[in-house]
Amino acid sequence: MQALNTEAKTINVDGEGYLVDPSQWDRDVAAELARSAGLELSDRHWEVIEFCRKDWEATGQAPGLRRITKVGGVPTKEIYKLFPGGPGKLAAKIAGLHKPTSCV
Amino acid sequence: MAAHIVPITDTPIDETPEIDLAPIKKVSIICSKGALDMAYPGLILANAARMSGIEATLFFTFWGLDVVTNKKIDNLKLSPVGNPSMGMPTVLGSLPGMSWLATKMMKRTIDKLDIPPVREMIETLDDAGAELYACRLAADMMNLKREDFVPQVKDIITAMDFFDKSKGASIIFI
Repeated sequence: MQALNTEAKTINVDGEGYLVDPSQWDRDVAAELARSAGLELSDRHWEVIEFCRKDWEATGQAPGLRRITKVGGVPTKEIYKLFPGGPGKLAAKIAGLHKPTSCV
Repeated sequence: MAAHIVPITDTPIDETPEIDLAPIKKVSIICSKGALDMAYPGLILANAARMSGIEATLFFTFWGLDVVTNKKIDNLKLSPVGNPSMGMPTVLGSLPGMSWLATKMMKRTIDKLDIPPVREMIETLDDAGAELYACRLAADMMNLKREDFVPQVKDIITAMDFFDKSKGASIIFI
């Protein structure tokens, strides 16, 4: 378990970088998580993150990539550009959710 | 009497080499089957690879060509005959309508789990950066030309080309 430091607080993440305590998430934490993944968040990134969080609140699970594209309206090509190398996982990580369990 | 074991050399008996746990960077999947149940494994594995940031190349050969042929891709079927995993006696499975029924039931299950139809999976794979190829030999055998395949097929290549494109990749045969 590592700790991220946002200015005021220490956030614990598991071995794969997911938040141990999802209730600690806020936009600063997201920005910090993105930074440690080498990513800078644009408005479009935030739209995806917000969709993921809303969907998680509605379904109890981090959305799989197919949900992000179909329900969230983000085309596949775009999501792979926004969150390179494992988009579903990276988006869920930055959104403070657990690793998605879907295979599609 | 207590036994005292003494090795006669100082070479350790267990010489298991350490396993290299480096992440997989590339995967090459040979898809040789065209039945509905066997079309999905290759596609799902390739998609999971892409979702994990792993490069994926798919090589469709023999009956696998059906999965990327325009006229067949929407009509892949499932047969309960000769499919021991489906637990249906051949005598029943070969009755008219059984293949249609098995196919319909599988499609329903696939839909319920929000798994896309084959054509959509192929489109998603292409958008996700996977490379799809058709086998030259199989295409010649079945008299299929470039225009018979879905647009996501990048090229028709030989098995040797496939190996060239699979440098550094883990190869999976389905």
